Amino acid sequence: MIRVTNLGLAIDGKTILHDISARIPPQGLTAVIGPNGAGKSSLLYCLSGLTRPTSGQVSIDGADITAARTTDRARMLALLPQVTPALPRLTVADLVAFGRWPHHRGRPNDTDRRIVAQAIRDLDLDDLLDRRLDTLSGGQRQRAFIAMNHAQSTPWMLLDEPLSALDPRYASDIMARLVELSRPGTGRAIVVVMHDLAMAVRHADWVICLKAGRLFRSGPPSETLTGAGLSALFDTPIHVEHLRGRPVVIID
Amino acid sequence: MADRSLLILAAACAGAAAVYVAWGLQGPYGFILSLRATRLAALAIVGASVGAATVIFQTITANRLLTPGIVGFDSLFVLIQTLLVLGLGGMGYAALPAFPKFLVEILCLCAVAVALFASVLRAGSSDMTRLVLTGVILGVLMRGLTGFVQRLLDPTEFALAQAATFASFNSIDPVQVAFAAPILILALLLAWRLSPVLDVALLGRDGARSLGVDHERLTMAALAVVAMLVATSTAVAGPVTFLGLLAASLAAAALPHWRHAVLIPGAALTGALILIVGQFLFERLLGLQSTLPAIVESLGGLVFLVMVLKRRTA
Amino acid sequence: MRGWTAAGLALGVLVAASLGIGAGDLSGADGGQLFLASRMPRTAAALLAGAGLALAGAVVQMAVQNRLVEPGLTGTPESAMAGLLAVTLIAPGTPLLGRMIVASVAALAGTAGFLLLARHIPREDPILLPLVGLVYGGILGSAVTWVGWTTDLMQLLSSWQLGEFSGVLQGRYELLWLIAGLAALLYAIADRITMLSLGEDRARSLGLDYRGTLLSGLVVVAVIVAAVVVTVGVLPFVGLIVPNLVSRWRGDNLRANLPMIAAAGGGAVLASDVLGRVIRWPYEIPAGTIFAVAGAVLFLWLLYAPGKAPRRHG
Repeated sequence: MIRVTNLGLAIDGKTILHDISARIPPQGLTAVIGPNGAGKSSLLYCLSGLTRPTSGQVSIDGADITAARTTDRARMLALLPQVTPALPRLTVADLVAFGRWPHHRGRPNDTDRRIVAQAIRDLDLDDLLDRRLDTLSGGQRQRAFIAMNHAQSTPWMLLDEPLSALDPRYASDIMARLVELSRPGTGRAIVVVMHDLAMAVRHADWVICLKAGRLFRSGPPSETLTGAGLSALFDTPIHVEHLRGRPVVIID
Repeated sequence: MADRSLLILAAACAGAAAVYVAWGLQGPYGFILSLRATRLAALAIVGASVGAATVIFQTITANRLLTPGIVGFDSLFVLIQTLLVLGLGGMGYAALPAFPKFLVEILCLCAVAVALFASVLRAGSSDMTRLVLTGVILGVLMRGLTGFVQRLLDPTEFALAQAATFASFNSIDPVQVAFAAPILILALLLAWRLSPVLDVALLGRDGARSLGVDHERLTMAALAVVAMLVATSTAVAGPVTFLGLLAASLAAAALPHWRHAVLIPGAALTGALILIVGQFLFERLLGLQSTLPAIVESLGGLVFLVMVLKRRTA
Repeated sequence: MRGWTAAGLALGVLVAASLGIGAGDLSGADGGQLFLASRMPRTAAALLAGAGLALAGAVVQMAVQNRLVEPGLTGTPESAMAGLLAVTLIAPGTPLLGRMIVASVAALAGTAGFLLLARHIPREDPILLPLVGLVYGGILGSAVTWVGWTTDLMQLLSSWQLGEFSGVLQGRYELLWLIAGLAALLYAIADRITMLSLGEDRARSLGLDYRGTLLSGLVVVAVIVAAVVVTVGVLPFVGLIVPNLVSRWRGDNLRANLPMIAAAGGGAVLASDVLGRVIRWPYEIPAGTIFAVAGAVLFLWLLYAPGKAPRRHG
């Protein structure tokens, strides 16, 4: 379980996050939602240990993440940052292999190679093995990066808006794979910062709602992703209806 | 309003010039006066032509970061001179009558610059930073080619050609100043005639064309004027890269007007003022003869960096 | 594998040409002496300098995640020169190794300054960064030139500013063998350097000591550039062109490509040196001059090359 206690973050004197306390269950998919500028990415980076909070604590499975050694941290959680415009000309195989780096630090063994091969298979990248990242489509590229994080074999995977800039087909494909990767029994929990409420409503097992740098609400979708809750979160009328048994978000 | 700012600038220039000429004047008056007057004329010509050229060039490239020097206009001029030395031989080059030679060099620069930059501008019109980098690399290429051609020369010819590749106000040739002045005045007159159309060109290529401006022709004409101005300043003092950026930005900040009829003379006056005041400070007060070009170039470079960093937030 | 054979053959031909071509006559009485004292060192120096600069370019490009950057566009050689100039002025008796250390430290500081600057430049526009680097290096360079000018060290300075190999003799180039050691070190940390190219967040999330890796990469770059500047002078564009061409062909995995980058860099510089010896026989054109022209043309090609525009992939 990730436990956030009284977390605060200020950058250059500007408060980004304010007194956030929440917990994230150690299985399934947790969605972090909220209006633009609410501090979603900042929270994710605090969880990942890459950003040191100004106050408060983040503990992952009982260990203080800011105190963890770099390598231990990289074995505990994998982070998928937003897509950067500059991509190295690495092949997909090269990239996914880097996911094992925290484990072997430069000396891969057979286990590492096996896990890399498995990760490539799990994300259906076999046909793209020798392709370079800069020649892939947006959806394929995102799959390759997720495969790298998958190969990192961490109990936690944190993703910062993995669906942005993807068309609906790729977005739902990526989302389905994330659900697959965080299925009960895989020993992995996934935290995703996302904008797409329809995706959150359909796939999230737990939801953290941020508004203006504070925790607005957190809990299972049945408590958080309601019409009233979302309307108040986004300051705009939102309804959640059921269509053929599935929840659907309607924005007025 | 605008006219008053121009008048103030002109008065400042005249004042600086007077102080520069008269400061600590001792006999023999005639000799010292003519020496100082020549250098003053050189400073004013270089400052004015670089300032005016930069404003025009920034308008037709729609980019406030560029100067003709950054994209290698002046290196192109030096390259043409060097090629002439190569083609005619050192003796032949030196034997040519000076004024026609200068005219030929200017015409060559106009032709090559218009051909080269007009095609680059057309190819890169959609992508400004790429255009800038292209220009910068063209500048590097020109300097490289110049160095290359110089190496093809005999050692004696080499010395002749190499003298032209460094900016300096120390050894001014009065004859060159005498040629340069009328060319500068002609170029400024042409620029003044272009200025209403240049105002429209501020709307960008498509905006100007929708108002009936023949943008292609304007670009050619403006590039030709820029080439004349650059040739003038390079012939007098050698290549300067960033002075124009300093002059154009200061003029734009000081003048309340964006119209080219004001901005071009304003930048010309600002450029001249910078050089005269700078030379006065370094030569007379600090006793540093050769410092001015380096300082002006560094300051202009800093202006460039600040503008790039500021653009980030814009 | 065929690529490797072809590259090896080309390199072999170049080495043979370099050993055989020159103003002196090898078949004369002192031919053996000439071969050992001049031709061999010259060939080795060109290979080492080229390999070193190409590797340095690859490291810098990964460190700033921008393909259009090289040590010459990060103020590195200019700061190395500043360090050398400072040693010459303050402690003229310092032995070569001491000079080298000061130059490396200065180069490291200058490059770090560029990196700090680069943090404030938006990544979306990869073309802006080389432009800023050019100006940054220009400012440093004009400061160095000014100091050199006022202290009468221009002669010394110009030997650093233009790379050439005609002065390379046995006993005066051995410092360059440092590069071979640095290349081996680079091979040992190649994976870490490649991870830099994934960006700071990804690299750190993989458990990489980002700052430490960046620092070791920059130290390697600084020492290579300082060694090249001290012994043969600046060679522009090598670090830019060679890694880019290799990367287009074979991608960015540094461990896999390191030998190829080194070989291509050494070969390219050796080729321009051999060319420089032949074009204007029996005079020599500096390799740096030849590379400036060829490099600028290749850079423009990289900037506009169809399909794989560096714009998108940085």
